[in-house]
Amino acid sequence: MTTKYETVIGLEVHVQLNTESKIFCGCSTEFGKEPNENTCPVCLGLPGTLPVLNKKVVDYAIMAGLALNCDIAEYSKFDRKNYFYPDLPKAYQISQFDLPVAENGEIEIETEAGIFNIGVTRVHLEEDAGKLIHEGSIDKSKGSLVDYNRTGVPLIEIVSEPDMRTPAQAKAYLTELKMIMEYLDISDCNMEEGSLRCDANVSLRPVGQEEFGIKAELKNMNSFSAVEKGLEYEVKRQQGLLDEGKKVVQETRTWDESLNKTISMRGKEEAHDYRYFPEPDLVPLEIDAAWKEEMRKEIPELPREKYKRFIFELGLPEYDAGVLTGDKDLSVFFEEVLSDYDDPKNLSNWMMGEFLRLLNENSHSPFESGVSPINLAKMLKMIDQDIISGKIAKEVFEKMYNSGKDPETIVEEEGLKQISDQDELDNIVDAIIEDNPEAVEDVENGKERAIGFLVGQVMKETRGKANPGLVNQMLRDKLMN
Amino acid sequence: MNIYDLTIHELKEKIAAGELTPAEIKKAYADRINEVEDRVKSYVTVTDELAEQDLAEYENKKEALLAGIPIAVKDNMSTDGIKTSCGSKMLENYNPPYNATVVEKLNAAGAVIMGKTNMDEFAMGSSTENSAFFDTHNPWNLNHAPGGSSGGSAAAVAAGECAAALGSDTGGSIRQPASYCGVVGLKPTYGMVSRYGLVAFASSLDQIGPITKDVEDSAILMNVIAGHDPKDSTSIAGQKEDYTKYLKEDVSGMKIGIPEEYFNLEFDEEVKASVLAAVEKLKEAGAEVETVHMTDASYALAAYYVIAPAEASSNLARYDGVRYGLRSEQAADVSEMFTNTRHEGFGDEVKRRIMIGTYALSSGYYDAYYLKAQKVRTLIKDDFDRIFNDFDLIITPTAPSTAIELGSKSDPLEMYHTDIFTVPINIAGVPAMSVPCGFDSSEMPIGLQLIGPHFGEGKIIQAAYTLEKLLNINEKRAEL
Amino acid sequence: MIDKKDVEYAAGLAQLKLDEEEKEKYTEQIGEILNYVDKLSELDTDDVVPTAYTVPMKNVLREDQVKESLLREKSLANAPDEKDGHFRAPKIMSD
Repeated sequence: MTTKYETVIGLEVHVQLNTESKIFCGCSTEFGKEPNENTCPVCLGLPGTLPVLNKKVVDYAIMAGLALNCDIAEYSKFDRKNYFYPDLPKAYQISQFDLPVAENGEIEIETEAGIFNIGVTRVHLEEDAGKLIHEGSIDKSKGSLVDYNRTGVPLIEIVSEPDMRTPAQAKAYLTELKMIMEYLDISDCNMEEGSLRCDANVSLRPVGQEEFGIKAELKNMNSFSAVEKGLEYEVKRQQGLLDEGKKVVQETRTWDESLNKTISMRGKEEAHDYRYFPEPDLVPLEIDAAWKEEMRKEIPELPREKYKRFIFELGLPEYDAGVLTGDKDLSVFFEEVLSDYDDPKNLSNWMMGEFLRLLNENSHSPFESGVSPINLAKMLKMIDQDIISGKIAKEVFEKMYNSGKDPETIVEEEGLKQISDQDELDNIVDAIIEDNPEAVEDVENGKERAIGFLVGQVMKETRGKANPGLVNQMLRDKLMN
Repeated sequence: MNIYDLTIHELKEKIAAGELTPAEIKKAYADRINEVEDRVKSYVTVTDELAEQDLAEYENKKEALLAGIPIAVKDNMSTDGIKTSCGSKMLENYNPPYNATVVEKLNAAGAVIMGKTNMDEFAMGSSTENSAFFDTHNPWNLNHAPGGSSGGSAAAVAAGECAAALGSDTGGSIRQPASYCGVVGLKPTYGMVSRYGLVAFASSLDQIGPITKDVEDSAILMNVIAGHDPKDSTSIAGQKEDYTKYLKEDVSGMKIGIPEEYFNLEFDEEVKASVLAAVEKLKEAGAEVETVHMTDASYALAAYYVIAPAEASSNLARYDGVRYGLRSEQAADVSEMFTNTRHEGFGDEVKRRIMIGTYALSSGYYDAYYLKAQKVRTLIKDDFDRIFNDFDLIITPTAPSTAIELGSKSDPLEMYHTDIFTVPINIAGVPAMSVPCGFDSSEMPIGLQLIGPHFGEGKIIQAAYTLEKLLNINEKRAEL
Repeated sequence: MIDKKDVEYAAGLAQLKLDEEEKEKYTEQIGEILNYVDKLSELDTDDVVPTAYTVPMKNVLREDQVKESLLREKSLANAPDEKDGHFRAPKIMSD
């Protein structure tokens, strides 16, 4: 009989903070500059240089800690993590060891299987390392090139409890973290650019067993799908080993996107003896209640709360609420429209439909299009007041999107106003009746559907401007009495 | 008296009186360097060009505190575009792209920088024999060491190769060479002088301070270099003092503690007698002198030889051959490049301390060594705090002997013991000064150490100034 | 007591290459020094808080302001080897 196994996953997530300057010096954090342009004696680790802590970095870490429901440390300090690598200029990373800024948090996540609470062990501050480029491939390269622009970019490391039981949960947790960071506006959270990075600890244990199995550490998962695929692969691999009666080896494995598998990094790593000790060049942090409260005020409504509010207070379907709160700007846009327009469901339909379609087609973020929240509200009101038809509205909307003009101007300029004047429509309706004897006969024989055809013809004739309800009524009056 | 024998304040007076011009002064010191440098060997680099540039700036800085005064700087303080070797092969060709804060302050004060002085490699040593380049000789007897690690600075001051110098002190590296060379050396309170640009040895202990011909010069130089620096997070914020206001001949009512446990250690009887005689003079001048009891200094030395190497092992890890300094040509890959570079670039003592520090921090030993040493550090600090509740100052010898002969000590532990009186001061972070108090039977200078509470530099200067006047030996110069 | 293996381990962590003679020498010397250091265990420190900072300070912070970086030529001026604006080092792993 085969044993049933339970998967245990914990994530270590590194988030680059989007401050202007680096954590310990005044160099810019701007991405994409020429190599080594954003460097100075401090971030190059030149002999004699000293770090001075950027206040905003601490502010952001406190905000992250609060948003993840952590306890904020009253006393925190920095430590040196010592190891050699060409991308680490001081040969130690200034990090936090035993007294991180925040500890003991948790967040709620949702997957198709339900709602789960995932513990957050700690949030600590540290500096990023530089970037190493291999000349040629890693195996055949003659040398390596080092760019220290990224050195000293502030990071928070968020360590979860081993609370996740499926790769889907891990993905949901990571997604939730990303959204929280975006809502806090403390990181760009771009996995491809490396401003959000994720390592995972994965192990399996027989169902019912308390004790954890032997874990593998998974690195180099550079996208959300890589995280899910990497974890799925790793779970299968470990399951296979255990089924064969073999043991999982405690090791670091790297996810190879092109091979679609994880590869052991055994033998390619130095021993992990980081010799942490308190960083003597920095003084301790004391975070008092006032500082904490100041940061708490900076925290907006977080995605999970907003999601629930959209469902329970605005009556949106779960799917809509998920999409709208899944992107901070989209949710902000949505709520800005709502302040002028009070039909959330109708608005949601428009945003989920036309708006998202155009945003995706143009690779725009919500506030990059020509449609402002106030203009969208105006347009929706014009539909509700029968000034334009729903169909015309789509045309108007696209024009708004591309030109940035308000809907009244577009409707005016293009003559797109709905025709709701019976006298104006009378001749057109009569002409359509005359031109379509077969359909008229069908209607007279009680075929209701033919009315629709005739309405369509009128709409076509008026280029969509006729009020379809009114046309329908006029046709009935003329043909069915 | 020769121009090169004059103190900062004497030179300032002569400039003010129109008796000397800065150009004449600079020339006198440059000539003196030419005359004695091949015997003393204080300097790793003589910066004559820089000195000329500084001199050219004189007219714009006339009113500044050190306008036209020749100053030497220990070779572990970064000087923009000028080699800062730290006495190591590792940095033999390293030219920093920036100035240390103290160097900026010297510049702003109009100082004429004569050169970068020799030192034990990365400030690790007590005789300057650990310099990767050459030995420096004690101007009082060329067969003797100048002390260390700021041996070059102390020797340069004693030999008249500069008016005054900056040293750095991690466990006695200003005071012990000052004592050996018969000059005044002050290690300020930790955080009083910016460490920005000082190549780190042990960050929680390192402190820059003045090495001068007399106490008044020490106060003047402190006025230039002390003060808050936003580039150094451990630099103390707050109002800066005018240290020259403590240049008063007055110790009446000053309470001075004499720690029995220090004087009971086995050390040179002539040194002991000289220090106690000086204490007697202070007593006659009205100081209240009492025996006090303190933790045995050997515990501080033991703690020091954990904390300092531990921090050093981390501070010196950056010398990996990637960004600056030496790179070994013999390397198939980066890891081999690291180990070969560090093998070739570091000297024996540096490697030894890196090894001790690495071991003390390594997994399984942290609590037994590093944490234990940090706890003992608390006891030592508390010990000083306790004494300073009742006393203004503590007096001890600076070193257990006068200058040792070059090449006479090869056992590391034996060498470490020459710092027994100075190390506890760095461990506690308090200020202390070495002032000359006499000479032994071989005419080698003896130093007395005045220790004050945190921020107690003023009282130290006042007592030292008084003692200097009472002893009247500060005008005696080494004959070369 | 420290033995040769410990010395080799520490040398590995510190990226120091030691020849046999140095290993022997350091094992002995470091042994003596640590033996001296062991006198610390004579002091009772059970209830003592460790001191990392002798002058108590806290929250030394700077504002998030960008300052001019070093000119790249100056950053690279001391590089033993450089290429295309990068610091150049030997390859990461040998074959």
